[in-house]
Amino acid sequence: MADGAAVQPDGDVGLDLLRTMWRIRVFEERVGELTRADEVHGLVHLSVGQEAVAAGVCGQLRRDDAVYSGHRAHGHAIAKGAPLERVMAELMGRADGLCRGLGGSMHLVDVEHGLYGATGVVGGNVPLALGSALAHRLLGSDQVAVVFFGDGAVQGGIFVESVNLATLWRLPVILVCENNGFAEFTPRSAHTNVERVSDVVAPYGVERATVDGNDVVAVRTAFARFLAEARGGGGPLLLECLTHRLRGHYEGDPQRYREALAADEWQELDPILRLQRRGAAEGWLDDDTSSRLEQEAHEQVEEAVRFARESPFPPASLTAELVYAS
Amino acid sequence: MARELPYIAAIGEAIHQEMERDESVLYFGQNLATSEDDPFLKAFGSDRVRVTPISETAEIGMAVGAAFAGYRPVVQLYMAEFMLVAMDQVVNEAPRFHYMTGGQVTVPIVLQAGYGFTAGWAGQHTGSIYGMFMGVPGLKVVVPSTASDAKGLMTASIRDDNPVVYFHHYLLTLVHGEVPEGEHFVPLGEAAVRRTGGDVTIVAIGWMVDKALAAAEQLAAEGISAEVIDPRTLAPLDTATILQSVDKTGRLVVVDQSTRHGSAAAVIAAEVASEGFSSLKAPIQLVTALDATIPYSQPMEDYLLPDEAKIVGAVQQVLGFSPVAA
Repeated sequence: MADGAAVQPDGDVGLDLLRTMWRIRVFEERVGELTRADEVHGLVHLSVGQEAVAAGVCGQLRRDDAVYSGHRAHGHAIAKGAPLERVMAELMGRADGLCRGLGGSMHLVDVEHGLYGATGVVGGNVPLALGSALAHRLLGSDQVAVVFFGDGAVQGGIFVESVNLATLWRLPVILVCENNGFAEFTPRSAHTNVERVSDVVAPYGVERATVDGNDVVAVRTAFARFLAEARGGGGPLLLECLTHRLRGHYEGDPQRYREALAADEWQELDPILRLQRRGAAEGWLDDDTSSRLEQEAHEQVEEAVRFARESPFPPASLTAELVYAS
Repeated sequence: MARELPYIAAIGEAIHQEMERDESVLYFGQNLATSEDDPFLKAFGSDRVRVTPISETAEIGMAVGAAFAGYRPVVQLYMAEFMLVAMDQVVNEAPRFHYMTGGQVTVPIVLQAGYGFTAGWAGQHTGSIYGMFMGVPGLKVVVPSTASDAKGLMTASIRDDNPVVYFHHYLLTLVHGEVPEGEHFVPLGEAAVRRTGGDVTIVAIGWMVDKALAAAEQLAAEGISAEVIDPRTLAPLDTATILQSVDKTGRLVVVDQSTRHGSAAAVIAAEVASEGFSSLKAPIQLVTALDATIPYSQPMEDYLLPDEAKIVGAVQQVLGFSPVAA
């Protein structure tokens, strides 16, 4: 499996990846519209441009593997199998949302599908994933814990504490860094002199790799190897995915800190276009299939919007019910 | 059967018994089980009893993640102030998850933290900082004042499905008291009436309970009958027992080793002022530490802290015997 060629997607895998990326892309763009229309009313961070990481990683996980995400979590939730309509209902603050409307965009959790935590505080999720990995180890299970975080999280002390402890206790956790080059509103160069996140963990002996995170096949291939190791009890491992956030840090961000990408530059990066080109070249994708997948995603997202709009807001009684677990 | 045990041994006995009773209870912290003769290590092994690096954020975060998977970690933090370096995990992760996920997960962890070591430990190891945790919805806050309660409340804390911050008072460490053998459970959220009386209610927290009882004894010699209430748990707070007492006595003195602003004493006073105003015959008096960092010098330390004389003075004032504020 170390050889990338061994996990070249056959047609079915390729179509699955494309399907997942379209679902995320269309979902995110629709959420952007709904945010501007104030139907999604809170703080929202979209992952347009970063779909390949979510699809390449989560597509290989089992339902009982634990995934942790952060404030930009919609794509991870969708790729891990959270129902679109319940994610959308959550973003609209409705009772049928994943978290009954109490979590919202930054705190998507779907235990049934192994999505444990989206934390809104950068880096706050990393030690939680260690806890899942410790539990898996103690239970004698081959479940794996995966945590997504951005390059901004790496400069926090919590990251170093977690990497140290994970290596000391050899926990089966895979750290997946989505390095989009910007920590909120400032470039990585303003945060650190260390260019590659994978270099930060080098002294701890963490097995690590840096891949083109907009190439879903590269992500999938590298992650497959790490997953096999973690499944066998190895870890921790770190996969750094170099990617691009097409939209602002949050919806409404005027993005004065960077130049907009030119259309041709984006076409070179767009993970969906790249996989489509590849599929056409390899002969497992034609134009009809391609448009059908996009169309299906639109239909599913519209169905999710309908579901969410019809769902009631949560009752006030939920407050007293949920402050403490009984 | 009750026998005498020091407060600290009573806590250890509760943890030991709970670990025996329930395999999901884990115990970790810095400098824990440093020798092979450690009774916890010998009884439960190094999977369940773990020494950690000085990494409070990672320790507590990991405990939260393990709790998602059904474990019940007890994290030994030694000094309450050490929690302050991990506030994101203590405040923003552990107690928020049950609520934010619409009840999908529970976080049964115990953070055991010593406090109030006003014996020359100066500004960073002496804080009585439980008050700041009372304002965090979802956290439970426990402040045992006797060896028996130290055991019973630890048992209840470990069995509770919520994150509990268990504050043990360092100056009570070696104080002996009768402690039941075998299983001993003191429910969280139930105050204890330590002495009954009809003229004034004294609510005293933690180490202050003994001082309030001594003050009550002194006041009895003057013909004043004081009722002394030990809340035992600050969150949830047993407001009903306090209000009931104030309804009888009409006068309230709250004694708290903590600095005054934002203290548990201030919260209790506010609850009584708001819910029991019609019972009050005199303004509520607070006997707290002065709003300053605890100094090193012993006479200065004494100057800042509440003591028996200050409690007696406050009681005399609410009874109209003394015109001077305590």
